[in-house]
Amino acid sequence: MTSISLNRIRNKKPGDLLFDIFIVALCVLMFFVVAYPIYFIIIASISDPTLVSTGKVLFMPKGFSFFGYEQIFQDSRVWIGYRNTLFYALFGTLINLMLTLPAAYVLSRYEFKARRLLMFFFIFTMFFNGGLIPTYMLMKDLSLLDTVWVFIFNPLTVNVFNLIITRTFFENNIPGEMYEAATMDGCSHFRFFTSIVMPLSKAVTAVIGLYYLVWHWNDFFTGLIYIRNYDLQPLQIVLRDILLSNQVFSEGAGSGGTGGGYAQRYADQVKYGVIIVSSLPVLMLYPFIQKYFEKGVLIGSVKG
Amino acid sequence: MAFAQATKSKSVSQPKKATILNTFRRDYQLWLMILPAIICVIIFNYIPMYGIQLAFRKYDFTAGLTGGEFVGFQYFIQFFNSHLFWDLIRNTLLISITTIVVGFPAPIALALLVNQIRWKRGKRILQTTVYLPHFISIVVLVGLLNVMLSPNTGVLGLLLAKLGVEGNLLASVNAFIPIYVLSDVWQHVGWNSIIYLAALASVDPQLYDAAKIDGANRWQIIRNVEIPAIIPTIVILLILNMGTVISTGFEKIFLMQNSLNLPISEVIETYVYKTGIMSNQFSYAAAIGLFNTMINFMMLVVVNTIAKKVARISLW
Repeated sequence: MTSISLNRIRNKKPGDLLFDIFIVALCVLMFFVVAYPIYFIIIASISDPTLVSTGKVLFMPKGFSFFGYEQIFQDSRVWIGYRNTLFYALFGTLINLMLTLPAAYVLSRYEFKARRLLMFFFIFTMFFNGGLIPTYMLMKDLSLLDTVWVFIFNPLTVNVFNLIITRTFFENNIPGEMYEAATMDGCSHFRFFTSIVMPLSKAVTAVIGLYYLVWHWNDFFTGLIYIRNYDLQPLQIVLRDILLSNQVFSEGAGSGGTGGGYAQRYADQVKYGVIIVSSLPVLMLYPFIQKYFEKGVLIGSVKG
Repeated sequence: MAFAQATKSKSVSQPKKATILNTFRRDYQLWLMILPAIICVIIFNYIPMYGIQLAFRKYDFTAGLTGGEFVGFQYFIQFFNSHLFWDLIRNTLLISITTIVVGFPAPIALALLVNQIRWKRGKRILQTTVYLPHFISIVVLVGLLNVMLSPNTGVLGLLLAKLGVEGNLLASVNAFIPIYVLSDVWQHVGWNSIIYLAALASVDPQLYDAAKIDGANRWQIIRNVEIPAIIPTIVILLILNMGTVISTGFEKIFLMQNSLNLPISEVIETYVYKTGIMSNQFSYAAAIGLFNTMINFMMLVVVNTIAKKVARISLW
């Protein structure tokens, strides 16, 4: 086995060999540049904060300490944010899918006369919008400010990019003959959509479901603009308070800048921990759906 | 099949006498299925467009979105004369153009690189890793920058101090744009490369064989086979990116802002947020927002027209 690959190397033109070495070096560099920060947070969150802050923890965790995680598990803000975001993400994604999937199906039907016109109606919103202030005023007039509904119904409820991906998938994967055969047996559009199209479209449902879910999970904007009520704040706003406004310890102990360098070290460990805790759900979903990514983007990119 | 053929010809002959009412009757189920999405888009996307007239009216709390007194271009003139106007324009353009110049070619290069890897497992590992940062939230990314770049305790901050880069980069006017743009590339380069990888995957294998027979080396194959194959994708994405050249990522800039880097980090969108949502100057902020939208839209039209003429590729 090794001799074969050695032979292969020997048989190569020197130019190509150099090229290969260059490629491999570049790939290894890319890998470390992207992976290292993520790896570092993990080891920093479980290492002795003093060693971390003096630059001693670089490749292996040293002097285990779970102080950061203990603080996070005692912090009620994190759990309120978690609960809120979980609800917004699940319920929001459900509504997103219920609006997007049937609409995409309709737009994929060639016999539907208003198809092109409606496509323009949706795509236009990608390039032109009312802007922040008119949208805010609308939410205010609809009395959606400071309610959970603003997380569910907003200008991105029907995401046009996801709509196009889904439509293209239906066009390419649901043959026209299938519908004709189904109508022969007296099948309506409703029935055809629920009993035939949906079971055949698990891949695209998974992909755009994930897109919507991740968007809801990471949505910081909605909480920032439309929500004042503390009990409704999503996780990302809580994260901002902890990570950026330095409100690390909610129950007093050593909060703020008064503790000087010593407290800052512990504060940093809480930050490393909260980064992990808050990103974990998305990162756990990631490997399951990853295989669909390329397919999803590919089918969506064929026709814009 | 014969049956299907028969119904097809029947439905073809039908539209001759089909009135609008008839099509509605025939397609009512389709209309019902798309109606919720249409209503939602009308309410949340089109009504705010109608509300743009707020920029030309004096906002009146009792009169609502469109009831105020008409004042014409007063708020636009106020913005053009404001001492912040040129700073905002400069910062916005500087940040967005740097993002495009650095951030746009990066995923193309990465896709060409990944496409060269023959070792399947290694390719998968690299791809899985470079897609990952795309799923990190903006708040976490900025938090990550803050803890890692901190001059006293951050691992990158300590490293840079050893290399002779002094001071707190997060509070520096000069370092703001490099940090913003490089972290943006770090987060999205992998994800954005997917679309080019998809385009590369559809290159006809015969082209590769032909190039090899002609004696092309690997670099020549990249230059003469692969790059021409992804040019249409590149142009379309460039047009789409140009359309947002002025609306730089509001959330990330907002989160990275502090009082020390404000001279370079204040952009149109953060200013709209501050004047509109925080200081309640709704009409003035709406005018600034509309100015922003108009420039975006014009950029899109101009670039699309150029692409249509030069490369015969266009969005519409």
